[in-house]
Amino acid sequence: MNPSQPSRSDVVEVRDLVVRYGAATALDSVSLRVAPGEMVALVGPNGAGKSTLVNTLTGILTPAFGSVEVRARIAQVPEGRQMFGDLTVDDNLRLGAWQLRGRGQSRRKQRDTSWVYELLPDLVRVRDRKAGGLSGGQQQMVAVGRALMSRPEVLVIDELSLGLAPLVVADLAEHLAELNREQGTAVVLIEQNARLALDLCSRAYVLEAGRIAAEGDSADLAASPDIARAYLGEAQGLPSPPGAHDPGPDDPGPDDPDPDDRATADLAPTVGTAETARGNQDTTVQAARAAAREAK
Amino acid sequence: MSDFLVYLITGLGTGCGIALIGSGLVLIHRVTRVVNFAQGTFAVVGALTAISFLDTGLPHGLAELLGVAVAAVVGLLFGMVAIGRRGTSPQAALMVTLGLGILAYAVEVMLWGDQGRSSEGLSGAVTVFGARIQTHYLLIIGVTVAVFAAVAALFGRTDAGKALSACSSNPYAARVLGISVTRMGLIAFTVGGALGGLAGVLLAPMNSVSFDSDVTLIINGFAAAVVGSMHHIGRTLAGALFLGVAEAMVAGYGSATYQTVVALGLVLALMIGQAARTHSVVAEAG
Repeated sequence: MNPSQPSRSDVVEVRDLVVRYGAATALDSVSLRVAPGEMVALVGPNGAGKSTLVNTLTGILTPAFGSVEVRARIAQVPEGRQMFGDLTVDDNLRLGAWQLRGRGQSRRKQRDTSWVYELLPDLVRVRDRKAGGLSGGQQQMVAVGRALMSRPEVLVIDELSLGLAPLVVADLAEHLAELNREQGTAVVLIEQNARLALDLCSRAYVLEAGRIAAEGDSADLAASPDIARAYLGEAQGLPSPPGAHDPGPDDPGPDDPDPDDRATADLAPTVGTAETARGNQDTTVQAARAAAREAK
Repeated sequence: MSDFLVYLITGLGTGCGIALIGSGLVLIHRVTRVVNFAQGTFAVVGALTAISFLDTGLPHGLAELLGVAVAAVVGLLFGMVAIGRRGTSPQAALMVTLGLGILAYAVEVMLWGDQGRSSEGLSGAVTVFGARIQTHYLLIIGVTVAVFAAVAALFGRTDAGKALSACSSNPYAARVLGISVTRMGLIAFTVGGALGGLAGVLLAPMNSVSFDSDVTLIINGFAAAVVGSMHHIGRTLAGALFLGVAEAMVAGYGSATYQTVVALGLVLALMIGQAARTHSVVAEAG
């Protein structure tokens, strides 16, 4: 089966979607599809409309024209992690199952968080801590776990790596790949870090100024000189950063690229604004590459 | 000694009334981030409605229950006006509640006149350590303890309570998870209205209630809620009891003229002390 052909079995099918904020057109004639169990990346610069697309998929925004068909349960990991800061990690997770109330299964089974802890074992230790006091990486794990609590067949992640240290991102990416492999959950990954997104996902869409500028297999896109210049930031031939298939060193060790960079990147989401978090991202990408080179 | 005990129990009774007002403020603020200045109005509406029903010959209990129910409906209506429109900021909603409270004056004067009215409370008295204590005060204390236990359990133990808290903690995330923030806010206003009404019907036998009684109630209730940082149920109760007892002591041993002033001064001192001790107050306010 050709993966780029639409099919009735697709879990998400978006056709000629137009979304406007007042007079401004945020999305212009965007079409996109996601097959069951597929990992799809959505890359593009700031303001290209990535988050608008996500919020339309999950029903927070309504389209002006075009159709959005979501044929499976969908859950969103919102940009900036969006913790309930004064609730515990466990409470945050349980609220993820809120929309399942009154459906089929017993409430007790819906509220059961143990399987999420099995999937994200780092959270066990902090389950009774207030989510607001966690590190950026831990919060991102809570955000993923919280989305998983609604047992989605499609998981939409808005900016996985934003403001996070490269090793933390690598760890999260590995968890996502595992989730996709073992539970068959389809993943739509929105990323500014195109290298990471193309490494992790099999297909990708490039969104520019509200339109799909390119789409296809990740490998093809990564090989295209235009894409490489615009989004990967460097000429081809460099080793890729640690992704799902190359999780990077477990122990940072003494010859870790730059521990100070990691520390600032990890602190950014809790103390800084989105601006600082974005500013840190370049550092994150560079450090990720450095880590990959060291590992080889 | 028996004087002291009488003042203490009287103060605790008054404090419980303040606490019920404060609990409604905290509940609504915890869900919507709105400081509801119409909370005193709910009490006035509840009390005056109950008194009217008693006048028509309805028995005690039923009349008070109807008063609380009407206050809950008024709470819902106020909530619909204050936060029903999506995107209304908590500050704008605060002004709306203030305006609605003043509008309510007109309606209350039209319905019940401008004279203070009172109801008969629970009759009888018990003697404790030689002090005669009105049974009604014990009723207020009992009801308040039950209400606070219920509210604390709601927020502390139930998923519904966590979802209510989530709405103010992060409204966007709540929407992403499928929690209807507006509906939760309206639930909070309805329950807040009922709590206000409950305070009103319990306080009516102690002080006569008129259309503008809400001012005293809201000042005291707000002070108690601020002691609890508009968030903590237990500390709100403590603040309210302290206020009530302090007022009763000032009135008993000094002059009733100064009871509110002195009590509020003490609360102010308490809050300044609290702020100096912890830096987290700033974080909570933000």
